[in-house]
Amino acid sequence: MNDTMIAVEKFRKTYGDFTAVDGVSFAVQRGEIFGLLGPNGAGKTSTLECLEGLRQPDGGRLSVAGVDPSREARKLRGKIGVQLQASGLPDSISPADAMKFFCAYHGIKPRHDLLDRLGLAEKRNTAYAELSTGQKRRLALALAVAHQPEVLFLDEPTAGLDVASRVELHSLMRELQAQGTTILLATHDMAEAEGLSDRVAILLHGQIAAAGTPLEITAAGAGLTKVSVRTERGSLEQANGSIPGVRQHALKEDYAVYFSADVGPTVSALIGYIESHGDALVDLRVERPSLEDRFLEITNGGHGRETGPSN
Amino acid sequence: MTAFANHTWIELRSSLRNRQLLFLTYAFPLAFYAMMGLIMTEINPLFTATMIPAMVIFAVMIATLMTLPDPLVTARDAGILRSYKIHGVPALNILSAPTVTTFLHLAVVTAIILATATPLFDAPAPTDWAWFGAVTLASVVAFAGLGVLIGVVSSSSRATLLWSQLIFLPSMLIGGLMMPFDFLPAGAQTVARLLPATHAMNAYNGLAYGAAVPFSASASLAILLIGGVLAFGLAILLFNWDRQNRTARLHPAFGLLAMLPYVASVVLL
Repeated sequence: MNDTMIAVEKFRKTYGDFTAVDGVSFAVQRGEIFGLLGPNGAGKTSTLECLEGLRQPDGGRLSVAGVDPSREARKLRGKIGVQLQASGLPDSISPADAMKFFCAYHGIKPRHDLLDRLGLAEKRNTAYAELSTGQKRRLALALAVAHQPEVLFLDEPTAGLDVASRVELHSLMRELQAQGTTILLATHDMAEAEGLSDRVAILLHGQIAAAGTPLEITAAGAGLTKVSVRTERGSLEQANGSIPGVRQHALKEDYAVYFSADVGPTVSALIGYIESHGDALVDLRVERPSLEDRFLEITNGGHGRETGPSN
Repeated sequence: MTAFANHTWIELRSSLRNRQLLFLTYAFPLAFYAMMGLIMTEINPLFTATMIPAMVIFAVMIATLMTLPDPLVTARDAGILRSYKIHGVPALNILSAPTVTTFLHLAVVTAIILATATPLFDAPAPTDWAWFGAVTLASVVAFAGLGVLIGVVSSSSRATLLWSQLIFLPSMLIGGLMMPFDFLPAGAQTVARLLPATHAMNAYNGLAYGAAVPFSASASLAILLIGGVLAFGLAILLFNWDRQNRTARLHPAFGLLAMLPYVASVVLL
């Protein structure tokens, strides 16, 4: 059985002379959360909108749940759920009416339980115009998942949400994933992408600059892990350059900060130095490069974030 | 309840909460009707004979040309139509639901005019009620078709106003609402035949009032229906979910084809 739910092969999208997406290929398997990352204008929204059947591709092949989005729009609607980044509802419609309205078009009973689940119980009969940005996004999500789609497209789903709503949304996404829903997530929130996605692709100038699991992508970068050390007597403050194989980057709030490509030997060397100088370790923190660091490294042409090691 | 019935019901409830729409659909045409009844019947006694159809057509024009196009442009710009598309709401339903609710509102306004025009202003009632209903329905179809077409092809709210006024103002001046078609100079008569209002008045006079008319009343009725259906068809064909989507099937200028039945009437009638 073929479990590929989203197939994108040599996909191209142009707007006049401007090529927004140029020969992109990737596949998403059933039950996977796939993160699509990239700076503004990288081609994320064009890719999503062609997969959702909102725009026509200019080249390549697209398939969503076995359906060609550009040719079988009606069939596609029952299989996908979409939370658009830019969408709206009539000002006077209430969340309860909106749920009734769209569920009727999907041929199902209204899922008012989703409004409760996403914290909209008290706003059921409030006009859409009077909802906050976060409430509007939660309503859009409730409407997107009401018909239990096989594939869910989420474009910046947590933008404008408070912490509690984000946690609830992430929990809902994991629940949907456990039920076999495939999720394509476009986001600027790297922590969200790293925490939720099974695999991610970073789009840059309409092409895939990196793809894989978050761990694979971060490992493929400059590979420098941040090691922060604090000692009782601050012996490391004077040790810059005198520990073999270890170069200190900065002193920050009583911590000596190092960047290392090989963490094990670096930590051993640091501990050895501290002990040999009659000092004692108070705190040791090891932070591997995050997806955000790797993203910045890719989008800045390999330069990473400004706070990285300068030598 | 079917999806369309539910859609229309929600549309109707929304329209009842929309003060601007209620003003344009009820207050403005009924106030104009009362003013015309008080003043125009004194100035021009001939007006009394065509007062009921003229005021009904006025109400139809206001409710369709002034209220249908702009919400479509606003919905497209606000991303509402994109939301509809991703949930599989057909373009036909998006255009039809407000048309049906407009028809329901107009039925109330027409009933008020019919119930009050004779006792208040001595306006003659129709001699054939069935034809009166048929012509009213055809007029709503014709003007609503043009209203949704204007909404679909217009790039902004200002453009909807411009196109609507292009039909509304000549209709008021030479469409037979204020003065009979026969009183117009030959050149103006030719232009008047391009207007749905002229055909609606001609159909009312010939079919619902049994009066002598300058050209075939049945043909006018047919032109209204064909024109309305053609305008709806073109609106669906030219429908664009998204302002940024430049992959529309046809250029908006194809909307002008909706005038074909009216142009044909100049040549054939």
